[in-house]
Amino acid sequence: MNQPTTSLELVNATRRFGGIVAVNDLSFKVPQGTICGLIGPNGAGKTTVFNLISGFYTPTSGKILFEGEDITGNPPHIVCRKGIARTFQNIRLFSSASSLQNVMVGAHLRQKNPWWFPIVPFLADKEEKMVHDRAHTLLERLGLADVANAPAGSLPYGAQRRLEIARALATNPRFLLLDEPAAGMNPHESSDLMEFIKNIRADFDLTILLIEHDMKVVMGICSHIWVVEYGQCIAEGDADAIRNNPKVIEAYLGEEYLQYA
Amino acid sequence: MNNSAMHRAYTLCAVVLLFAILFYAENNLDTYSIQILNLVAINAILAVSLNLIYGFTGMFSLGHAGFMAIGAYVCTVLILTPEQKESMWILEAIHPWLANLSLPFLLAVVVGGIAASLVGLIIAIPVLRLGGDYLGIATLGFAEIIRVVITNAAPFTNGSLGIKGIPQYANLWCNYGWLVVTVYVIVRLLRSNVGNVFKAIRDDEIAARTMGVNTFYYRVLSFCVGAFFAGVGGALTAALISTIDPKMFTFMLTFNILMIVVAGGLGSITGSIVGSIIITFMLEWLRIVENPISLGDFEIPGIPGMRMVIFSVMLMCIILFRREGLLGMREFSWDALARFVKNPVRFFSRASRSTSGASGK
Amino acid sequence: MMLTPELFIQHFFNALALGSLYGLIAIGYTMVYGILRLINFAHGDIFMLGAYFVFFSTIAFMPAWLAALLVAIALLIMFTTFRDKSKATPAWYWGAQALLLGLAGYYGFISPVEFQPPWVLAVFFAIAVTSACGIVVDRVAYQPLRDAPRISALISAIGISFLIENLGVVVFSGLPRAVRQPDMLVKPIIANISAITGNADSVVRISPMALIVPSVSLLLVSGLLWIIYRTKPGLAMRSISKDIETTRLMGVSVNKVIALTFALGSALAAASGIMWALRYPQIHPYMGVLPGFKAFIAAVFGGIGSIHGAMLGGLILGFIEVFITATFPALSGYRDAFAFVLLIVILLWKPTGIMGARTEEKI
Repeated sequence: MNQPTTSLELVNATRRFGGIVAVNDLSFKVPQGTICGLIGPNGAGKTTVFNLISGFYTPTSGKILFEGEDITGNPPHIVCRKGIARTFQNIRLFSSASSLQNVMVGAHLRQKNPWWFPIVPFLADKEEKMVHDRAHTLLERLGLADVANAPAGSLPYGAQRRLEIARALATNPRFLLLDEPAAGMNPHESSDLMEFIKNIRADFDLTILLIEHDMKVVMGICSHIWVVEYGQCIAEGDADAIRNNPKVIEAYLGEEYLQYA
Repeated sequence: MNNSAMHRAYTLCAVVLLFAILFYAENNLDTYSIQILNLVAINAILAVSLNLIYGFTGMFSLGHAGFMAIGAYVCTVLILTPEQKESMWILEAIHPWLANLSLPFLLAVVVGGIAASLVGLIIAIPVLRLGGDYLGIATLGFAEIIRVVITNAAPFTNGSLGIKGIPQYANLWCNYGWLVVTVYVIVRLLRSNVGNVFKAIRDDEIAARTMGVNTFYYRVLSFCVGAFFAGVGGALTAALISTIDPKMFTFMLTFNILMIVVAGGLGSITGSIVGSIIITFMLEWLRIVENPISLGDFEIPGIPGMRMVIFSVMLMCIILFRREGLLGMREFSWDALARFVKNPVRFFSRASRSTSGASGK
Repeated sequence: MMLTPELFIQHFFNALALGSLYGLIAIGYTMVYGILRLINFAHGDIFMLGAYFVFFSTIAFMPAWLAALLVAIALLIMFTTFRDKSKATPAWYWGAQALLLGLAGYYGFISPVEFQPPWVLAVFFAIAVTSACGIVVDRVAYQPLRDAPRISALISAIGISFLIENLGVVVFSGLPRAVRQPDMLVKPIIANISAITGNADSVVRISPMALIVPSVSLLLVSGLLWIIYRTKPGLAMRSISKDIETTRLMGVSVNKVIALTFALGSALAAASGIMWALRYPQIHPYMGVLPGFKAFIAAVFGGIGSIHGAMLGGLILGFIEVFITATFPALSGYRDAFAFVLLIVILLWKPTGIMGARTEEKI
């Protein structure tokens, strides 16, 4: 069996805030083309890991490699340009703009025109149309075409989650970070979401890393899972390995896990 | 697509109509009324440019008076004749570079705008890293520094004496021409994806950065475009009222423009234009409270300062009771006009509902 | 250019006095910003009001009925703001109000006199009335906007600031007025410093105000620190600045504490305004604008939210202004720009100021 290529790799990443060590010497490799999960109790440092990868924080020490390239310390917009997109735990849409405009902002990366082109008549029309059409196609594929002109803030919760993913996809990523995509969803919605995530992974040829508390979702779609506690990785493996790891059961899953087992 | 071509034709007709009205006004109205119309146009240019910076990109800038000052001084120095310069600079002789420099008015206005924009760029690089109210106070600080520098750089600016007798080139045609240019440029930018990016930065800067937006670049861009038109507005002001001195460009001036923008609606170009019409007329009309009024035998003395008191109270009322301003974020569009013409009652009931929805958020 | 020891000592005291005045205003900014995250633009105008109230009661002969009425109104505002609503209105309050209104009526209708109280009384009168003005500013301009976006409150702050200035023009007239200083404050103190310089005729002349201002400021700031760190309302204030929602849940009447913050800050601004008017004896309705901005910058420099920082920032700004203009007279025209340059430098170098705490936005 040949070794799958690594998409994203954390090498001994550490992040301190004053005296608190939010992420402590964390290393993992996300193989190309997989869906992987990051789980752990609240405050374990999962979102900090995302912030390190997406460039909002610089690691205190350690490195982050994306497709073999060192991206440590790159600002968020550069990280995005390299092909990593993300969503947020508490949805961060441009709430006064329409759904379409939200996605168009994501698509602006593909624009090559200098900023003043739109001022000259007809000069920018072709590219504007390209961006507009691309955004529209994305909305269609994610089932949001009928709310294209509605303000993003007015959409129902589930649609906002999907719109946030559509916006992330518009940047043309090869790697997608999803921060609690199933938060606030009922079991029916979250099983839809699992299908949805699988589909977009295949359709857009992505590698996905997600943070999730809903064990059913994590166990259902992740091929590899890391369990984080106090900023350290305490266990890793596939769903079965995690399910049967006594350290995990003790530290995190506990009673809740038993219900699903 | 056909629809949008129609709308372009309508817009063109509207501009032609505007200039027809101007032609009428120029030949039939007295100088005072024409002066007010001129002020409306200049205030609209300034308000639209501040709205781009603050209302659409979310940068609370209080530096508009500084940019205006730069535009005004650069333009003035370029359009005065060498003789005028020689007679005006009494305390200190004019700097030899400037003594014989002279440009046609239109070009001088553009140079004034570019100068303001360049200064905006220099200011933006350190200051735009800040957010919110710190940005406000820092831009205010820069405007104040610009004013102090102008007061002290007498060889270039004639210091605190100011400059008098500037040729009054800024007539109705010129001012409204520039207004049309300003609105055209800014609306085109805002309707393109660049505008979407500006608004994205305003709504959620962190999310915008995640979307690959170099927020700093776009903020600087918006700031410099705004500064350019503020400089143009300043240049036109100088050529309209024919005197400038550093005391003109205090925080009070920025406050007036801010008032127009807030009253019209942050994030609405239409609002800024409507706001500048209403507020310019109102400020002129309020002059009566400062002049003595005679009612038959009674003479009510005018109260100096009362005009600005009423003006401030109005701003307070708007911000306390109708925070989103007259139009909120709504814009004029031909579709909306068509809906209005078809059924005015329904138009307003829908409009008020959407407003309450926006304010409840 | 080197300063001679004589000049150095004189400038030192000038700077100390100017810096203390900035510091006193800066404390008001820092307290309000610490609690509401709001630049109280009207604070410089409160400073102006303090100067005017003393001017009118001691020099321009304010009618006695008006003085009594103003005190009655100030008492009413303070009482309705701070009273314990669960208890009945105490008798002393009615008594005091009856007395004040009686005085106002007596002087107004029966025996009009112009009131010229001794300085000390006038100072207390001015501080009390200005303090009440601070509470009113909060009530009118900021309280309705507590839940609004911060920028709305900021625009409201700019609006109320312009309103006070222009009301000042209407009521006090826009012309600058000269403040006549009491004689004892005019005569400079002359000290022989030959011991230091070794030159027999080296003397320094220091205005008494340059000594009084720092001493009074020290007293006032100590009093304020006592209130903030040793009393229960002070504890509430500190806790609101950390987390307003939790403090509300703990049963603290947040609006009352905020009003107290405004009252204390305005009282200090009034004190500063009064001393300013005595030291630089000219007042006009816009006199608060520039010192206000500069004091805000001092507050940012010291680290916004920190009282020690505000005082320190004020002193540093005072020293910078005095000593740069003294050493490089060519730059004196740019004096008013120093503060703004300082602001931009500090914001770039250390936005939290020299004594401020670091906070990070949660993503």
